[in-house]
Amino acid sequence: MKNNVSSKVVWTKKDLLGLEYLSTEEIELILYTAASFKEVTTRQIKKVPALRGKTVVNLFYEPSTRTRTSFELAAKRLSADVINIAIESSSVKKGETLIDTGRNIEALKIDIIVVRHNCSGAPNILARAVKSSVVNAGDGWHEHPTQALLDMFTLKSRLGRIEGLNVSIIGDVAHSRVARSNIWGLTKLGAKVTVCAPKMLIPEGIEKMGVRATSDINEALKGADAINVLRMQFERDSELVFPSKLGYFKQYGITRERLKKCKKDIIVMHPGPINRGIEMSSDVADGTNSVILEQVTNGIAVRMAVLYLVAHAKEVSA
Amino acid sequence: MANKNSYKQDSQITSQKSGAKYLIKNGKVIDPANKINDLYDILIVDGKIDKIGKDLNLNSAQTIDAKGKIVAPGLVDMHVHLREPGREDEETVLTGSRAAIRGGYTSIVCMPNTDPAIDNPKTVKSLKEIIKKDSLCGVFIVGAITQGRLGERLTDFKAMKKEGVVGISDDGSSVENKNVMFEALKEAKKKGLVLIEHCEDTKLSAGGVINQGFMATKMGLRSIPSESEYERVKRDIELTKRASSGIHIAHVSCKESVELIRRAKREGLKVSAETCPHYFTLAEESCATYDTNTKMNPPLRTKEDVEAIKKGLADGTIDAIATDHAPHTDSEKDVEFEFAPFGIIGLETALSLAIMELVDTKVLSWEELILKMSTNPAKILALDRGSLKKEAVADIVIIEPQKEYIYDKDSVESKCKNSPFINWKLKGKASCVFVAGELVMKDELIMDV
Repeated sequence: MKNNVSSKVVWTKKDLLGLEYLSTEEIELILYTAASFKEVTTRQIKKVPALRGKTVVNLFYEPSTRTRTSFELAAKRLSADVINIAIESSSVKKGETLIDTGRNIEALKIDIIVVRHNCSGAPNILARAVKSSVVNAGDGWHEHPTQALLDMFTLKSRLGRIEGLNVSIIGDVAHSRVARSNIWGLTKLGAKVTVCAPKMLIPEGIEKMGVRATSDINEALKGADAINVLRMQFERDSELVFPSKLGYFKQYGITRERLKKCKKDIIVMHPGPINRGIEMSSDVADGTNSVILEQVTNGIAVRMAVLYLVAHAKEVSA
Repeated sequence: MANKNSYKQDSQITSQKSGAKYLIKNGKVIDPANKINDLYDILIVDGKIDKIGKDLNLNSAQTIDAKGKIVAPGLVDMHVHLREPGREDEETVLTGSRAAIRGGYTSIVCMPNTDPAIDNPKTVKSLKEIIKKDSLCGVFIVGAITQGRLGERLTDFKAMKKEGVVGISDDGSSVENKNVMFEALKEAKKKGLVLIEHCEDTKLSAGGVINQGFMATKMGLRSIPSESEYERVKRDIELTKRASSGIHIAHVSCKESVELIRRAKREGLKVSAETCPHYFTLAEESCATYDTNTKMNPPLRTKEDVEAIKKGLADGTIDAIATDHAPHTDSEKDVEFEFAPFGIIGLETALSLAIMELVDTKVLSWEELILKMSTNPAKILALDRGSLKKEAVADIVIIEPQKEYIYDKDSVESKCKNSPFINWKLKGKASCVFVAGELVMKDELIMDV
C-alpha cells in the first residue's frame, strides 16, 4: 500500500461520529494506520498490547452480529477488555435515556463506547454527554463510518488509490448510512461517485454532497471502477411504496450479464448481509469481481485503527 | 370593540386606587398606534397613562430616567404555551409571566393545548383563577376550536367568549377536516372571535422532524416539506374567502406561505399572520449537530425562506412577531433528535433577536418593530393594549437598545431552558416594565409581588 500520509498528521478527535466531520488527512491517517494493523491480523499471534488496560463497551440499540463481532475482535486484538450491551430499541422510550445510559457506563471507568443506534445523530448526542470516546457503529440513516472506511481500505488495497476512481453506489440510498459515509469518504479522497436507485429512493439534494445521481443502472455501471451494492430492506419503511423484489432485481440487480458490459476487473462490494437474487445474483456475489469477504476481513484492521486512534487522542489531550 | 379580559390586570388596577404615580423622563417614546416617535415624558397615574408631553414635572411622582432608552407600549405576545394546567413541571403562569416580564412583554396570550385542553368555559374560568393569583403580567386566554382539540366537534364559542377567551385555536394541531374548519370560521365570525390556525397537513408532515431538503438528506432524518404548511395555508385562505370571515395564520415559516398571505391581503381578505424570531434568525443548517433545541414545528427552513420571512415582515405581509414560547424540560429534550418534543422557549430572547436581525439590518424601523411586537398583535386580538394614548392601561416597556449581554442558561426565568440561543451574545434588552401602572421590573430587577 502506498504510504502518502504525512507523519505530521496527528489524530486529535475524541470521537469518530462520521466521515463528514473528518478531513482528507484524517481519513488517510485511519487507512494508513489500518494497513499496519492488517499485518497484525495475519500473524500467528494476532494480538498487540496497544489498548491493554483499556475497556471498550459495545452499546448496541439495534441487533447486529457482524459489526459487533468485528468491533469486538478488533478491540480484543488490541488487548482491550470488551463488554457487550444490547438494548432493545423498543424499550428505549420508556427506559433509561441514551445520555443516562452513557453516563452510567462511563461511571464504570471505561474508555470507548462503540454505539449502534436506530436514531440518526444518537452518537453525536452521546458524544457531547460523555468524556469517553464515542465510535459510531451505525446510526439510523446517517452514517456508518467504519463500514465506509473498510470499503475504502479494500478499494485502495485492490486498486492502489482512491483518487480518480469511478465508484457507483447502487440501492436504497435514501435509507442507507453506508451510502452517506461512503459518499463523504470517497469524495474527500477524490473519487467520482455516482448514486443509483429508483427515483423514490434518491433523497432530495443528494447532489450537494458532491455526487451524481441517476436512476439508470446502465449509466451507473458504465465506466465504473467499483460498485458498492447496498442491501435492500423491503421490510423497512411501510410508508414508502417500494418496488417489488423481483421488479427491483430485474431493473437494478447486479447480474453476470450486466457485469459483462462493465470494466473487466470492476470491483463488486457489498456491506452485507446480501439478499441473493434481490440486489445481486449469487454468481456475482461469489464471483471473481466480488471482494465481499475481503471487506469483512479488512473491517477488523480498520476498526483496530479507529479504536487505537481515538484512544490515543484521548491520552494526548488528557 | 376592545377586549378587557386580562384577569390579572383588573385586580391590579383596583388595588392601585391609592394613586401611585410614575414619571418616565427623557425617553424616546415610540408608539405607532398614536404616531408618536419623539423624546417625551410620560406620566402614569392610577395605573393609566395620564399624560405624554415635553418637560413634565410632578414632585409627588417617582421619576424613572429613560434617557438614551426607548419607551414603548409593553410588548404583546399573541402565541405562548404556559403549560398550565397539566404540565406545571414545564411552565406555570407564574414562571411564564416572569419570563415575559424579563423579555419586555406586558401581555401574553396562552394557547389551549394544555391537559386538559382549554375547550370549555369551566376550564377557562379555573385558568382565570390561576392567572389572577399568580400572573405578573397580563395573560389572555385562547380557547380550543374543537373539543379536546381533536378536530371533530366545535366547542361552545359563545360560552367561552363570555368567560373571556380572546380567540380560538387548536394550536399544536391543524383542523384537518375541511368541513369542520369551514364551520369554525363561520361560527368564529358570528361570535366575534379571531380564529388562529396552526397550518399543517399532517398527511405530508407525518413522522418528519426537520425541514425537507439537503439537511434532512445529509443527516438521515425524516422530513417535513414546506408543502405541509403552505398547502394548508392555501386551503384555509380559500375557506376564509368562502366563509367571508377572518383568519390569523400562526408561526409562518416558509416563503410560499408568505406569498399566499401577501396575495390574500392584496385581494382584500381579512387575513393576518405572525412569524417567530427563530424563523428570521436561524435556518435549517442550525440543526447540523442534532441539537434538539433546533427542533420545532414548523421546522427551521432554508436561508431563502428566512429572507422571504424578513421581506414579508418588511412589506407588511406578516403583521406580528410572536414567540411560540414552548417550554420543554431538559429530560424531555436531552434525548435522540427523533424522540425530542418540538418547540423552544422564546419570551426572553424575542426582543433582542428582533433588534439584531431586523432593526440593526434595516429590515424594520423601530416603529415597525413596536408595531409588530405590540400594536398589531393587540389589534388583531382586539385587546385594549399596545397603545400609549391617554387613559390607556399603563403597560410600558423601557428598552436599552445598545445593551449587550450573554444569554446565560442560569439567567433564564422560564422553568425550562430549551433555547438554541443559550450562550449567544445578544443586544438590546428591556430594563424596566410597567404592568397596569405598576413597576414590575426596574433596572432588570423583577419586583417580588
